[in-house]
Amino acid sequence: MMSVLALEVPYWGQSLLRVLGGIVAVLLPAGTIVYVFLFKMMSFMQSRLGPMEAGPYGSLQLVAEVGKWLQKEDIIPERADPRIFKMAPIVVLASTFLLVAVVPFGPDAWFTNFEVGIFYALAVSSLSVLGILMAGWASANKYSLLGGLRAAGQLIAYELPMVLAVIGVVIQAETMNLQKIVVAQNSGEIFGFSGLGNPYVLTQFVGFLIFMIAIQAELTQAPFDMPIAESELVSGYMTEYSGFRFLMFFIGEFATAGVFAMITSVLFLGGWGVPFVWFGWSDIDSVANWMNFVGPLIMFTKMMLIVFIIMWVRFSSPRFREDQLQRFAWKVLIPVSLGNIAITSIFKVVM
Amino acid sequence: MSLTDRLLGDRQRLAYIASQAADSRLNVELETEGMTLNIGPQHPATHGTLRIIARLDGEQVVWAEPSCGYMHRGYEKLAEVRTYPQVTSLVNRIDWLGSFANEVPFILAAEKLMGVEAPARSQHIRTILFELSRIANVSLFLGDLGVQMGAITPVFFAFRDREYVLNLIEGATGGRFHPNFDRIGGLKDDLPKGWIAETKAVMKKLRTFCDQIDDLLFGNEIFQARMRGIGVIPRDVALQYGLSGANLRASGVDWDLRRDQSLPMAWDKADWKVWTHPDGDSFARCWVRLQETRESTKIVDQLLDTIPSGPIMAKVPKIIKVPEGEAWVSTENPLGEMGYYVVSRGELGPFRVKIRSASFNNMSVAPWALRGVYVPDIVTILASLYFILGDIDR
Repeated sequence: MMSVLALEVPYWGQSLLRVLGGIVAVLLPAGTIVYVFLFKMMSFMQSRLGPMEAGPYGSLQLVAEVGKWLQKEDIIPERADPRIFKMAPIVVLASTFLLVAVVPFGPDAWFTNFEVGIFYALAVSSLSVLGILMAGWASANKYSLLGGLRAAGQLIAYELPMVLAVIGVVIQAETMNLQKIVVAQNSGEIFGFSGLGNPYVLTQFVGFLIFMIAIQAELTQAPFDMPIAESELVSGYMTEYSGFRFLMFFIGEFATAGVFAMITSVLFLGGWGVPFVWFGWSDIDSVANWMNFVGPLIMFTKMMLIVFIIMWVRFSSPRFREDQLQRFAWKVLIPVSLGNIAITSIFKVVM
Repeated sequence: MSLTDRLLGDRQRLAYIASQAADSRLNVELETEGMTLNIGPQHPATHGTLRIIARLDGEQVVWAEPSCGYMHRGYEKLAEVRTYPQVTSLVNRIDWLGSFANEVPFILAAEKLMGVEAPARSQHIRTILFELSRIANVSLFLGDLGVQMGAITPVFFAFRDREYVLNLIEGATGGRFHPNFDRIGGLKDDLPKGWIAETKAVMKKLRTFCDQIDDLLFGNEIFQARMRGIGVIPRDVALQYGLSGANLRASGVDWDLRRDQSLPMAWDKADWKVWTHPDGDSFARCWVRLQETRESTKIVDQLLDTIPSGPIMAKVPKIIKVPEGEAWVSTENPLGEMGYYVVSRGELGPFRVKIRSASFNNMSVAPWALRGVYVPDIVTILASLYFILGDIDR
C-alpha cells in the first residue's frame, strides 16, 4: 500500500493507514449497500418509494438510523450471560474486518499479501458462527437459542460447498494467493482467446453458482434466512439485542455481504483488474500505477453487481425449511461441487 | 406443580401426560430434554394475540395447543344491551378485514324474525359488498402468506391492490374498515354515481393481482416445497372438527353456503363455481382461496350488470322492535361459516346473541394438524388455516 503513495512512512504510520483503510473498505460498502439496495432497490421492487425525507431521496436515512440506534438503551436481559452477550456482536463484526484484510484492491493496494489468502478468508469467515452461537446462547431466550443453533447448523453445512467451489478456482489459478488469482484471470486466455482474459465466471460457471448459493446461506439472506426468520423466531439470535449492539449485527450483516461480494469478484470476476492485453501489460509488475486508484473503483462496481444479485434473490424468494436447507446442501451442492472439482482437474491435466 | 401444569387447564393435562410419555420414549438413547415454547401472545406469526403453547423435541413439535381469549371483547354480551341497529357496529369488528360480511347474517336473522325482506336492489348491492369484503380479506391473506414464509415482496402488491377495494367500499359506504352500512330492511344508501364503472375496472386489476400472486408465490418451488404435503387435514377429520369455508373445501368437501342454502341474497343470479381440492394440505387451502378470489371478482362483475332498479329500503318502522322468537342465519363469510343465533323477547335489542365465528372452529383443528411438524411448519399451517384474531376471540 505504501508504494501506492510513493512515500516513506514509519511502521506505526503504515499500521494506522492500514486500519483506517480497512475501516473505510468495510463501512463504506456496507453503508452504500444498505442505502442502495435495502432502502431503495427493495422499495422499487415492492412498488413504493422508500425513505424520502432525510436528505435528497433519503440518502441520509442511514445516518438518521444510526443516530437513533446510538441513543437507545443498551438492554441486557436479566438472565442473560452479560459478558458473552456483550461480546457476541463484536465477534461477528471482527470476522468481517479480518476478512477484508486479504482482499486486494490494486496491484499494490492491499492490506496483507498472503500466500494462502483464500484459505485464511474461508477460515476467518467461520468465526461469525461463533459470535452467532454466543449471541443465541447468552440471550437466555428460546427463540434466540433456536436461531443460534439453526445458524450454526446452516453455516457449517454451507461452508463445505463454498470451500469445494473455491477449490475449482484454486486448481485453475494454481495458487491460493488472492492477488495472484486476480493476475491469473486478467492475464489468462480461454482456449487461445485472450481478449477478455480468463474471468473464472466463464470457465468455472458451476463453481460460481455454488459459491453464490453458499454465500447467500452464509450471509443468512433469504431464501436461507431461517436463523433470523422473523415470522417464526421473531428475530432469531438478534431478538434480545437493542441499541448499538443491534447496530453492530446490522452493520455486520451488510458489511459481510460487501466483503463476500468482493471475494467473489476476486475469485470469479477478475477482481480489481481489467484484461491485461487491453493495455499491453504482461504481469503484475508491468501494471501501471494508476490502477491503484482505478482498481478499487472497478472492484466496487463488481461488488455492487454481486450484491445486487444477492439482494435480488433475497427480496423475491420465500425461505426454505431447516431440513430442506440441509438436504439441499448435502445432497445437491456438495456432490455437484465435487463433480466440478473432478472435471476441472481433468481439464487441467489434459490441457 | 410445574410451570406447564399451571399454564394448562384440566382438560389439557391428559394431552400433556401423553406428551411426557412420548418424551420418555425419545429419551431412551440420548439424554435430551423437551422444551416448551410459547409462541405468542405477542409474536409476528400470530397476527394478533393468539398464543400457542408448543412442546418441542428439538425443532419438532410433540404437541401444540392454541390458547385464545387474549382479545376477548365480549360482543355476545354487549349485543344484549344494544338495540338491533346498533349491533351492526359491534359485529363488523369481529372479522375486521371483511367487516361488511359480518353484518349481513345478523341483519338477515333480524329480518327473518320480523318477516321483512330487503328489496331486490339492496339484495344485489349487499351481495356485491359482501364479495368485495371477501376480496379485501382474502387478498391480504394471499400477500401475508409470503411474509409468513419470508417472501416480503408479495405483501406490498397485496396491500396496493387491496387499497382499490377498500376505496370502493369507502365510496359506497363511507367506511373503509367498518362500514356499518347494512340496515334491517335494506341498506343505508344507494350506490354513488360512477361506482359501477370504477368497480369493474378494479375487478380487472384484481384478476391481474391474482395472476401475479399465482406467479410469484404459487408457482415458486420453495413455496411448494414448504406447503405441499404439510398440515394435511383429511376429509373426515375436517368434518369432525367442524371446519368450514376454504379449509373444508380444500379437504375435498364440496360445501358452500352461498350455493347450498337459499337466502335473500343474489348469489344465485350469477354464474360461478365452487372450487375444491382433494389434497387437504396447506397448499390446497391457499390455492382454494386464490381461486375463490377470482370467482368473487366474477360474481361482482356479473351482479354489477344486473342490478335491478327500485327502492333500497323495505317498509320498516322508525323504531325497530323485533317480535318474539329465535332465528339462526349463517353465511359463507371470507373465513368460513359465520352465523348468528338471535333470541328476541320482543324488545328493542336482542335478548341473547350467539355468534358462530369461523376462525374459532378452524383453529380447533390446530392441535391435530400441528402434531409432529417442525417449528417453521407451525407458521405455514397457521397461515394456511387463516384466522383473524377478532374472529377467534370475538
